[in-house]
Amino acid sequence: MSLEYENDGALHAKLIEEVLSQYPDKAAKRRKKHLNVAKSGEEAGDEGEVLSECEVKSNIKSIPGVMTIRGCAYAGSKGVVWGPVKDMVHISHGPVGCGHYSWSQRRNYYVGTTGIDTFGTMQFTSDFQEKDIVFGGDKKLEQIIDEIEELFPLNNGITVQSECPIGLIGDDTEAVSRKKAKEIEKTIVPVRCEGFRGVSQSLGHHIANDAIRDWVFEKRDVEFESGPYDVNVVGDYNIGGDAWASRILLEEIGLRVVGNWSGDATLAEIERAPKAKLNLIHCYRSMNYICRHMEEKYGIAWMEYNFFGPSQIEASLRKIAKHFGSEIEEKTEKVIAKYRPLVDAVIAKYRPRLEGNTVMLYVGGLRPRHVITAYEDLGMVIVGTGYEFAHNDDYQRTAHYVKNGTLIYDDVTGYELEKFIEGVRPNLVGSGIKEKYPVQKMGIPFRQMHSWDYSGPYHGYDGFAVFARDVDLAINNPVWGLFEAPWKCRPSRGRAMAAE
Amino acid sequence: MPQSAEKILDHAPLFREPEYRQMLAEKKLNFECPHQDQAVTDQHEFTKTWEYREKSLAREALVINPAKACQPLGAVFAAAGFERTMPFVHGSQGCVAYYRSHLSRHFKEPASAVSSSMTEDAAVFGGLKNMVDGLANTYKLYDPKMIAVSTTCMAEVIGDDLRSFIENAKEEGSVPRDFDVPFAHTPAFVGSHVDGYDGTVKGILEHFWKGKQRTEASGTINIIPGFDGFCVGNNRELKRLLDLMGVSYTFIQDASDQFDTPSDGEYRMYDGGTKIQDVRNALNAEATLSLQHYNTRKTLLYCEEVGQATAAFHYPLGVQATDEFLVKVSAISDKEIPEAIRLERGRLVDAMADSQSWLHGKKYAIYGDPDFVYAMARFIMETGGEPTHCLATNGTPAWEAEMKELLASSPFGKDAQIWAGKDLWAMRSLLFTEPVDLLIGNSYGKYLERDTGTPLIRLMFPIFDRHHHHRFALMGYQGGLRVLTTILDKIFDKLDRETSKTGVTDYSYDLTR
Repeated sequence: MSLEYENDGALHAKLIEEVLSQYPDKAAKRRKKHLNVAKSGEEAGDEGEVLSECEVKSNIKSIPGVMTIRGCAYAGSKGVVWGPVKDMVHISHGPVGCGHYSWSQRRNYYVGTTGIDTFGTMQFTSDFQEKDIVFGGDKKLEQIIDEIEELFPLNNGITVQSECPIGLIGDDTEAVSRKKAKEIEKTIVPVRCEGFRGVSQSLGHHIANDAIRDWVFEKRDVEFESGPYDVNVVGDYNIGGDAWASRILLEEIGLRVVGNWSGDATLAEIERAPKAKLNLIHCYRSMNYICRHMEEKYGIAWMEYNFFGPSQIEASLRKIAKHFGSEIEEKTEKVIAKYRPLVDAVIAKYRPRLEGNTVMLYVGGLRPRHVITAYEDLGMVIVGTGYEFAHNDDYQRTAHYVKNGTLIYDDVTGYELEKFIEGVRPNLVGSGIKEKYPVQKMGIPFRQMHSWDYSGPYHGYDGFAVFARDVDLAINNPVWGLFEAPWKCRPSRGRAMAAE
Repeated sequence: MPQSAEKILDHAPLFREPEYRQMLAEKKLNFECPHQDQAVTDQHEFTKTWEYREKSLAREALVINPAKACQPLGAVFAAAGFERTMPFVHGSQGCVAYYRSHLSRHFKEPASAVSSSMTEDAAVFGGLKNMVDGLANTYKLYDPKMIAVSTTCMAEVIGDDLRSFIENAKEEGSVPRDFDVPFAHTPAFVGSHVDGYDGTVKGILEHFWKGKQRTEASGTINIIPGFDGFCVGNNRELKRLLDLMGVSYTFIQDASDQFDTPSDGEYRMYDGGTKIQDVRNALNAEATLSLQHYNTRKTLLYCEEVGQATAAFHYPLGVQATDEFLVKVSAISDKEIPEAIRLERGRLVDAMADSQSWLHGKKYAIYGDPDFVYAMARFIMETGGEPTHCLATNGTPAWEAEMKELLASSPFGKDAQIWAGKDLWAMRSLLFTEPVDLLIGNSYGKYLERDTGTPLIRLMFPIFDRHHHHRFALMGYQGGLRVLTTILDKIFDKLDRETSKTGVTDYSYDLTR
């Protein structure tokens, strides 16, 4: 159901030139490398699936003072990878803020009795005080672990998520973890995800992955009888129930999901991962490292898939099924056929209301490319996209999705995004909470594409229906027609930055 | 198949469909390695006991669900209350993403702030280069009138010196020499967001007032609101009262417009706030009043040092607290409190009298910032309620002493307990062991409501899961009416719920209450 269209590359090139002209020279030079207009793949001499090329520099330091939208390594580890593991207590180790601002904010749905056998929507912190900075926090950490054991005896393990000061004052959280793990006979995982490490959330993902390798795998005996169709779902954080809407499909085609990383996960699901037959990776950026490790060490193949929108779901299901052979392939065709009427009905209902609407995206690790086809399934057009913390291999993968002339922006700054949106005037912007309100003030509909704007799931067929509904309600709400007071002309938009 | 195009189910109904319930039950059984149900039930019950409460209150190191944030959040909020001011936080960049998100989720508004984006090399060599480049970029891109600098804990631990860094940056031409770059060191490992607010406002005043001589007192009153998630409603309400009195005043820090810009097609990165010139002139004010003592301890000391009279309040809310505030303003400004305000007061008292039977003897647990908890406890006692548990994670021994005095001043406070420095996991135990009728706090309280069944009233920052409450005032007599109505609604809704069972309890489902 791929749409044929081309974007206004000339306009986009002009917009890039305009924003760069506003930076001091040094910053302009650095930012220039992150902005581009996707060129046709054929022109660039590529073959096969690649529709275009969106070469930009990525995964390098943000420029000070420009209002980057990025977060930090702690956000990548505690907020993304480890935080959703529900039966472990995750200590935000350091001052109170990091744990506070990330408390319950990623909507990693789980089932459990919070505070008793699961701990996902709680904020555990060592609440560092000045004396902890001066004298070190290792003793305090030991005591914290004892207190956790006393008050939450059903925890199945603990992680220590280091905040900035820990690495700076030279605490040895590894030694404490080793010692206490022996004492309480549980898994304790120190994660060196101090916020100043790396350039974004991305290094935090990597460090968190490494911590799984070093502190979980092969640490305890895993009793588990594996089967021929065992898979791990990796990099689905169950935002608004995404992983559940995916799991139901994988089970329907005959696979056994023995672990989901890390939405609604238990430590047991992570420990047994090396026994699976295939790793299915959704968020490549945040969890490819551990998949590569499992491939090398345990010979487990991994496969990327995309469960956003019916075109990608179908293609992914078939690709996954092919890995397991005819029995699964047959079931898969039945499943696809079973959901076809739902897909057709959803598209029949919403496509006429959304056809031709333009969309700009700016999200995190996989969605700037993964959701593109879901919009296109609804007849919508992607005019611009970019990542907060992608690497080069993400942009390579993006080339498969975007059309010629698409505006590409890496680690976009608040200024650039506002100017791009103003210049392009898309019908919808999909980005995060920090971007939502400025965009809406401009009179442009917006959906949060990290949290699904408190809706979801968006994965799977069940999720696609919710996605279509949400996009429609955002764009076709009457409020956008009420912005202008009838007795006033609209103020010129060019003044947005320089108000007053 | 649960989903259909006609009736699309999102997460709340979708996962209650039988297919999903079965799937999740099997996942738990086959793959999660859960604890035995009995063990979970036993532990669950244990957490409701006095024994668990004692263990939890005895914690010395672990903090669980604290009701406080860190200093730089207060700094960013404070800076947002000045004319075209960009908050600039020196240190790791992730922090700034967090502050912006946090403020946006509460106000449902844009929240601008920049970071100097320090990384590992800056941790080794210091962040001077980041400051130099950062100020230059912010100045050029975002056209601010002022850049207010604060720090994350990273910059504090490595000991970056803001004064000399900013001086250096000016020398290198990042911003013009006379461009205003006030600063405050705001270590996250000291105090909380209220202290970051204090430091930042003090830093801004010092920046403009230092070395200047006070001219003759101008008869104007400075008002510092403090960190207030309800600033949008409160500041406007207070201005209305002061205008009614004809008082000359300056709000020092006023984010009411910044966090409440209209939707008319134009995104205003900056709106409202205290004018820079007004901050300069404020040196000559007759007096500086703080609406929240624990948000302005250092700032008020500084105001005294420069020769101003000062007075501090605890979030003037309810009858007597508003009385005191207005009487003080009247005394300083020599303006009478007009009849119109006396009538407003009378209307609040009238409403309280109308509803007193529903409020008398009700027990409350209150948590939040120190001044807010003080204010709520006081107002609750005015309605005949009993503030059974008063908890401030960022409450100090001085706050505890003040609370004691307040509670001793009324028979309704005699059974009240004060919990300074405790967290919301402690509150959970308190609510199980010594239950109350109502819980007053912020959105985080919803977990306490779920666990203990205590109805939650959201009157404190942050409120993420209800919209627009912050647009209405809590302070003043008008604000008192709103607080009163909110409490009553909660009481009546609960009573209606409990009596609505047809043929079982609905004899009490009264039409008139």
